[in-house]
Amino acid sequence: MKDTQSNLKTIALTILQEASRLGASQAEVILHGSKGFSVTARQGDVETVEYNQDKSIEITVYLGKRCGSASLSDTRPEAIRAAVEAAHHIARFTDEDPYSGLAEPNELAFDCPEIDLFYPWSITVEQAIQLACDCEAKALAQDKRIINTEGVNIVTAEGSYVYANSLGFLGTYLATRHEISCVLIAKQQEQMQRDYSYTVACDSQLLDSIDIVAKQAAERTVRRLGAHRLSTRKAPVIFAAEEARSLLGHFVAAIQGGNLYRKSSFLLDHLNKPVFAPHIQIHEEPLLPKGLGSAPFDSDGVRTRPNIFIKDGILHNYALGTYSARKLNRMTTGNADGVHNLIVSTGEKTLSELLKTMHTGLLVTEMMGNGVNLVTGDYSRGVSGYWIENGEIQYPVQEITIAGKLQNIYGPRLVEIGTDIDTRGNIRTGSILIEEMIIAGD
Amino acid sequence: MSNIIDIAHHDLLENSGLTDNQLYKVINSILSYSIDYSDLYFQSTYSESWALEDGIIKGGSFDIDRGVGVRALSGEKTGFAYADDILLPALERAAQAARSIVHNSNNNIVKAWQRVPSRQLYLPINPINSLSENEKTALLQRVDAYVRQLDSRVIQANVSLAGEYETVLVMASNGHVAGDVRPLVRMNISVVVEENGRREQGYAGGGGRFNYEYFLQEEKAFEYAREAVRQALVNLQAIDAPAGTMPVILGPGWPGVLLHEAVGHGLEGDFNRKGTSIYSGRIGQQVTSSLCTIVDDGTLANRRGSLNIDDEGTPTQRTVLIENGILQNYMLDNRNAQLMNMLSTGNGRRESYAHLPLPRMTNTFMLAGESQPEDIIASVKKGLYAANFGGGQVDITSGKFVFSASEAYLIENGKITAPVKGATLIGNGPDVLSKVSMVGNDLQLDSGVGICGKEGQSVPVGVGQPTLRVDALTVGGTQQ
Repeated sequence: MKDTQSNLKTIALTILQEASRLGASQAEVILHGSKGFSVTARQGDVETVEYNQDKSIEITVYLGKRCGSASLSDTRPEAIRAAVEAAHHIARFTDEDPYSGLAEPNELAFDCPEIDLFYPWSITVEQAIQLACDCEAKALAQDKRIINTEGVNIVTAEGSYVYANSLGFLGTYLATRHEISCVLIAKQQEQMQRDYSYTVACDSQLLDSIDIVAKQAAERTVRRLGAHRLSTRKAPVIFAAEEARSLLGHFVAAIQGGNLYRKSSFLLDHLNKPVFAPHIQIHEEPLLPKGLGSAPFDSDGVRTRPNIFIKDGILHNYALGTYSARKLNRMTTGNADGVHNLIVSTGEKTLSELLKTMHTGLLVTEMMGNGVNLVTGDYSRGVSGYWIENGEIQYPVQEITIAGKLQNIYGPRLVEIGTDIDTRGNIRTGSILIEEMIIAGD
Repeated sequence: MSNIIDIAHHDLLENSGLTDNQLYKVINSILSYSIDYSDLYFQSTYSESWALEDGIIKGGSFDIDRGVGVRALSGEKTGFAYADDILLPALERAAQAARSIVHNSNNNIVKAWQRVPSRQLYLPINPINSLSENEKTALLQRVDAYVRQLDSRVIQANVSLAGEYETVLVMASNGHVAGDVRPLVRMNISVVVEENGRREQGYAGGGGRFNYEYFLQEEKAFEYAREAVRQALVNLQAIDAPAGTMPVILGPGWPGVLLHEAVGHGLEGDFNRKGTSIYSGRIGQQVTSSLCTIVDDGTLANRRGSLNIDDEGTPTQRTVLIENGILQNYMLDNRNAQLMNMLSTGNGRRESYAHLPLPRMTNTFMLAGESQPEDIIASVKKGLYAANFGGGQVDITSGKFVFSASEAYLIENGKITAPVKGATLIGNGPDVLSKVSMVGNDLQLDSGVGICGKEGQSVPVGVGQPTLRVDALTVGGTQQ
């Protein structure tokens, strides 16, 4: 990977020189290189082995306030020259955009910190196949009702990221990502159910063992058997931590600069206003060691920072990149490519204590579809999960929907967030208890 | 040079300095191990997009992606590697990696190269060159000006134009050489309208396998503009959607996304080979109401989901999936067909050379029935009319699926009344399709914007259907 990185740096500088030679007033380039493999084992034998090796180069050329872009995977000099020419050519036909251009020099990550994200996994393809087969065998042994599998997949990848622009900034970092996932199918009478479990980390030492993955996958799959629908009703809802992440994802989208300047967010004009319940704090930690969302700079080369988005329920910051910030007459927050490790404050209860607090209601463990309208905040999703009474799981439920308005779900209806934080993604939150939603079913 | 395979061969091999003989040696090197089948997939994609926002041409981009994928099959095992340069040393490395799933040697050899005759469902043209840059940007400007004068409540309009020119060449160990040249264009319009502090959005667009002039003919682009604004204005009036199970009428065209989710994915060969689909082992059984005949047809001229050959070199076909309610066929690629002792239906598709082919849909739709659409609406006392949808999702094992209405109305006493807000509809595939009680005579295909995702791979697809009545479907609104 170090070789790849130094190659990418050389290519970046060549591209900037070429853009300048063509008369560009500014230029920037993002390069990404990665390599790794993916193996899937199913029914005790290897099913697929895929070797991955990818490169991508994205070039933006500015002619004053006009810009054009080009991208390619080919790193031969003639291909790179042609791509810079293509970007330059396009820039001649776009309009002057007063908000266009590179970030302000003082925002660039010249003081780019070393970031702790690179932990290659010294596992061979043969070892990974064996590990996947072992995981599948352990999962199948958990319960007789597990009759089939979609296999166990193990993926490992190491990547190199480079950003460079004509203001003299060049930033780089290396990162790794490893994952084990297991998908099972259980059957009881005529009902078949599938579910899965996975573990993902930057450092293979932090991955759950295959015993845990196998056991979780089996438990999750078997406990769905016998699921039926509910009648239409109002009830409290708990989003299990992994689904709570998706619920918070809509908040991230709603404070993204692009959706704001396009007037496509229900949180337009909400700065310094209450958005969440008053006990909620949300911030980001972009330099978190081994964090899956960590990055020292965004896709504008701007240094990332520990932004506070929600303080005591009040919206303190939007998530802006250079372009959207200029359009909104604000400063960039280093979020051109989204947030980096969003941390949501928790209360003091575990998930099982949260179930007790809810007493009677729905625990959501799977969501389907994309019935979320960011412009209005209207929210309607297909869900599966469990019906809870007396704080205990009663039976699995499926083929129902939950609906409400995000304004209420984040705000007055948000009761409490559990301590069961799921760290397998860019948004870290526990399970979320909502006072009431509409459940549609029979 | 008008023959499609000649164009693909020239672009991908000759322009890269590769000869048939070198590739023969590469595949033979793979077959010297105990590999049953191997193929090389050469692909080159040139694509561009132009975006207008806030009244100005904000940006444009041009993308070139060329590479070759190497696949080696041995029983149920697949080895796969690729190179993002079409150069012999990289190809040889990929071949070596792909065949490394087996260690035993063998002495199979490739049959002599034999070109699969090509056909022409669309012209082998490069749409990117079909308009000048000035004409492309002028088209976007004209559409923007048109959108804004349609209604003073329009506060935001985004218009984009995208074109793609893809060439593929498949060379397989059975000696088959097949090629395709695939143009694809698309225009999208999204608007935000505002009235009394309430904002709503609307989208429309279309495209297919032809050049950009399509958008100029019969003012197609203006038609999308009117549709996007109309949808947004309808949504300004929308009241809360109902919650619960009720009769639902699905309009013609894009609402066919119902079929894509409720039956299409469940009939893909990989799931049925593994026995993980709710439709596994059910060929010959009744799986929907007898009013339903559903096909997957990759041979429709110029359509977004059509292909001359699939990504394994098999000519696409029209496959009857369900006839009068009886399950007839699965959609198959070579590998799953071989393992199931069946024949490929030309549904082996891949996002690119860097992805493995999977059984995928092309254009999937229900054939027209006999009912008049107005009679279908008149048959419902209290229910929902869903005119347009966003996307959907399915769990092929349990059969449950969702799709999200983006334009819907109440039906009261046989009449369409108030528009309601978008909501998710949920059901179980075989169950919902057994409740189809009326099928309209108004089959429509979608306008050409569909994208289907599976195992992280996106491919363009088409959907369609006539007006349908489903006697009971769960509507995920908020109004009890």
